[in-house]
Amino acid sequence: MTPNPYLWLIPVLPLAGAAINGFLGRRSSKNAISTIALAFPGAAFLLALWIALFKFHSAQAPYYFDLAHWIRAGNFQADFSFYLDQLSLVMLLVVTGVGFLIHIYSVGYMADDDGYYRFMSYLNLFMFFMLTLVLAKNYLLMFIGWEGVGLASYLLIGFWFIKDSAASAGKKAFIVNRIGDFGFLIALFLMIKHFGSLDFTKVFEQVGAHPTETAGFGLLTSIGLLLMVGAAGKSAQIPLYVWLPDAMEGPTPVSALIHAATMVTAGVYMVARSHMIFERAPGAMTVVAIVGTLTAFFAATIGIAQTDIKKVFAYSTVSQLGYMFMACGVGAFSAGIFHLMTHAFFKGLLFLAAGSVIHGIGGEQDMRKMGGLRVYMPWTFATMGIATLAIAGIPPFAGFFSKDEILWAAYSSPHGSWIFWLLGVITAFITSFYMFRLLFMTFFGDYRGATAAPGGAHHSPAHGGHGHGEPHESPWVMLGPLVILAVLSFVGGWVGVGHRFDHFLAPVFQHHAQLVAVLSTPAEEARIASMERLELAFMGISVAAGVLGFLLAWLLYIRLPQLPDRIAKNLGSLYDAVVNKYYIDELYAILFVKPLVDGSSAILWKGVDQGVIDATVNNSADSAREISDSLRHMQSGNLRSYAGWIAAGGAVVIAYMIWMGVR
Amino acid sequence: MLHLALFAFFGLICVAGAVNLLVQRHPINGALSLVVVMASLAGEYLLLGAEFVAAIQVIVYAGAVMVLFIFTIMLLNAGEEERTKGSRVAILLGVPGVAIGSLLVAWTFLRNANPESVSIGALLGDPQTIARLLFRDFLLPFEVTSVLILIAIMGAVVLASRPGAIVRPHGEPVEAKQQEKEGPQLVAAGREH
Amino acid sequence: MTSVTTIPLPFYLILSGILFVCGVLGFLIKRNIITIFMSIELMLNGVNLSFVAFAAHWHKLSGQVFVFFVMVVAAAEAAVGLAIIIAVYRTRETLNVDQVNLLKL
Repeated sequence: MTPNPYLWLIPVLPLAGAAINGFLGRRSSKNAISTIALAFPGAAFLLALWIALFKFHSAQAPYYFDLAHWIRAGNFQADFSFYLDQLSLVMLLVVTGVGFLIHIYSVGYMADDDGYYRFMSYLNLFMFFMLTLVLAKNYLLMFIGWEGVGLASYLLIGFWFIKDSAASAGKKAFIVNRIGDFGFLIALFLMIKHFGSLDFTKVFEQVGAHPTETAGFGLLTSIGLLLMVGAAGKSAQIPLYVWLPDAMEGPTPVSALIHAATMVTAGVYMVARSHMIFERAPGAMTVVAIVGTLTAFFAATIGIAQTDIKKVFAYSTVSQLGYMFMACGVGAFSAGIFHLMTHAFFKGLLFLAAGSVIHGIGGEQDMRKMGGLRVYMPWTFATMGIATLAIAGIPPFAGFFSKDEILWAAYSSPHGSWIFWLLGVITAFITSFYMFRLLFMTFFGDYRGATAAPGGAHHSPAHGGHGHGEPHESPWVMLGPLVILAVLSFVGGWVGVGHRFDHFLAPVFQHHAQLVAVLSTPAEEARIASMERLELAFMGISVAAGVLGFLLAWLLYIRLPQLPDRIAKNLGSLYDAVVNKYYIDELYAILFVKPLVDGSSAILWKGVDQGVIDATVNNSADSAREISDSLRHMQSGNLRSYAGWIAAGGAVVIAYMIWMGVR
Repeated sequence: MLHLALFAFFGLICVAGAVNLLVQRHPINGALSLVVVMASLAGEYLLLGAEFVAAIQVIVYAGAVMVLFIFTIMLLNAGEEERTKGSRVAILLGVPGVAIGSLLVAWTFLRNANPESVSIGALLGDPQTIARLLFRDFLLPFEVTSVLILIAIMGAVVLASRPGAIVRPHGEPVEAKQQEKEGPQLVAAGREH
Repeated sequence: MTSVTTIPLPFYLILSGILFVCGVLGFLIKRNIITIFMSIELMLNGVNLSFVAFAAHWHKLSGQVFVFFVMVVAAAEAAVGLAIIIAVYRTRETLNVDQVNLLKL
């Protein structure tokens, strides 16, 4: 491992920007705020780029840097140390690059908001925590970043905190995240207890010496499952995904950055980083794969019937994250990271384009009120079209390469199974369908929206100066990032051709390669070679699934637009269930939320707070008053009562003296 | 025998006078019974051989202090006691306290199987001996008490004087505040002629 | 007939105690200020008797000298106390001790 003294700058630069904007932003001009807010993440991005291009040599990787001592408690030690290997480098470039683009976009989108300085400060703060998470050398520092991005997410979801729904959504996100964090923490405690450290190198050394747990519930399986609980909370998998759709209450750049490109991928990164633990705990890996696949399928079905444009993307994100976990669960960690990267490109682009649409039509988010917008917003339409092609898995766009690799690994990996592959293909079909549905409903047909809406539908942030009326294209400060991301969505997948991406990440996952090598005998090798033709066939099936989705959407929304409503009516309650997200939120409310709220109301509030704490204070005050009230009568001013007290006291003293004398 | 009889005689008169003080409602009756108590106490002192003390008792206590009391009663025209609601504490706590205290003390005295005896006139407290003690061994307390008496005289004169009766050197009366208040004037004290 | 020329000391002490108790009871029970004052004098007399008895018992004349001082102080106190009573009577027009009840906060 070689030291790199610049690593610590990458997270700290956005922190400086957050601090400056946070403390001084209230009285600064818009331009000053924007400059600060763009300069620091931009500098971090340039620094990351410079390290990647000129300073990173695979032979010398991984790089590390010890910034400062932190915890020294007996044998346990955790420091502020940073770590850069190929995996971190990919994450780093994605986070800083896409993050910087979204910062630029926000300058345009949030320009008319009163809390502009607050928004940019929070965005920078988020970058700091996310970069800490990605660059940490031990699980504890990663956990700090983990918690910090949760905090930033809460602050940004509830950015328009005056709205009740936004504040509640922020709370929900934080609390559900916290449940996941509980699992994560217990995994950390287990690691401390059994490995004595949280440092990556030390932990993975000891894990490497641990035998594979093929039967039952061992230490590594427990750690793996608990880590998965944490990842499920952060990356919105079943059963902790419920916060992500609600998180769409935040401004669209937030949804793009945090809930599509970077924060929700932290769980995938963490699982990939802990790959050694999972590889030696096949039970945990299978659970990861099952959870991922089920989530992918489940969320995709919900996405079919949603009418809010951002909610469709939210469920789509949950679904695509399921794909990433499926990949990790079958052992194809680099495939998962590859999909993470391409997903950041096209999902970030989708959200930003949605923001552009929403901005252009005055704050409306309901797709039923959109339509025919490709005439008014050609650039937005073009970029969103590219992103939709990418997510549907149509070659040569980026999504095809990553998704196809995942599906192939789901089938062919030693941990994989044809069930995963089948569900993955069906999900790909559904994904393509609802994405093209969205595209057609939004950009084709006739414009169904109100033109001159005086009160406006939703709160629209970037609409200070010009009035509504005709839908219009967004300014170039918003379109620029869209174009860049569109280019990336087009070419981003080409790094995966010929397994180049896998070979780049191989040094990180090499132990897995060795494990696989150990598992496969020469006969296995021959079989895998003959499977290459099968791989091409499967590739074709994936593309076919994507095309089928496109055709179905075209049929239902262009050719026969009255068909969807008829189908919905015929399906009746099934359709209602899908539209209402299978009533999962309501179920959680009855099962968990209501008992907790009622319980704490009755026990903790009335019982402990009012009955014990307040009562103690009040009763001590009352009893002090009562005691002094009764003692008051001693001093009545009446001479005879004083004499009575004296006589009584005198008798006591005499009695005492006689008693002492008699003894 | 004779001495015991004398002791019992004087003692009974003492006790009777004390109880009468408690029983009588008009203060003048109480004052007079107190004089009886003091006189019989003088007799007791004589039995104990304290001549000087007995004489002082009659002259000072019965002759001066009680006269002062009687003069005050006459001055203030004190009448019979009204029956007002007194203090509960005094009755409930004080009386039992006193009873318990006195019973305890009495018990202590009486448990002694062989009580010491005091012989009559064993110690003669004649004026010469007393004077020798007073002016030699107890000279300091003697002088201090004379100062005390002086202060008491001045205090009594000031406190009891009528408003305006005492005049400062510059002419303002001492208790000017009381004069302005036009408080209740004394009905008696020789105002009305 | 044997002449008993000695009286047991406890007799004197009990007599003194009775006088003292009567004084305290008078203080507690009576309502007239002057009567209360006289009860105080009664208490002092009881104590004087006790002093003289002990002086005779232990053959120390200082007991009788102390009685002398007690009497002096009692006289001074009587003078001042009665002056106060007169002053109180002037302002309150009553000799009922229950109405002199300002000795409190």
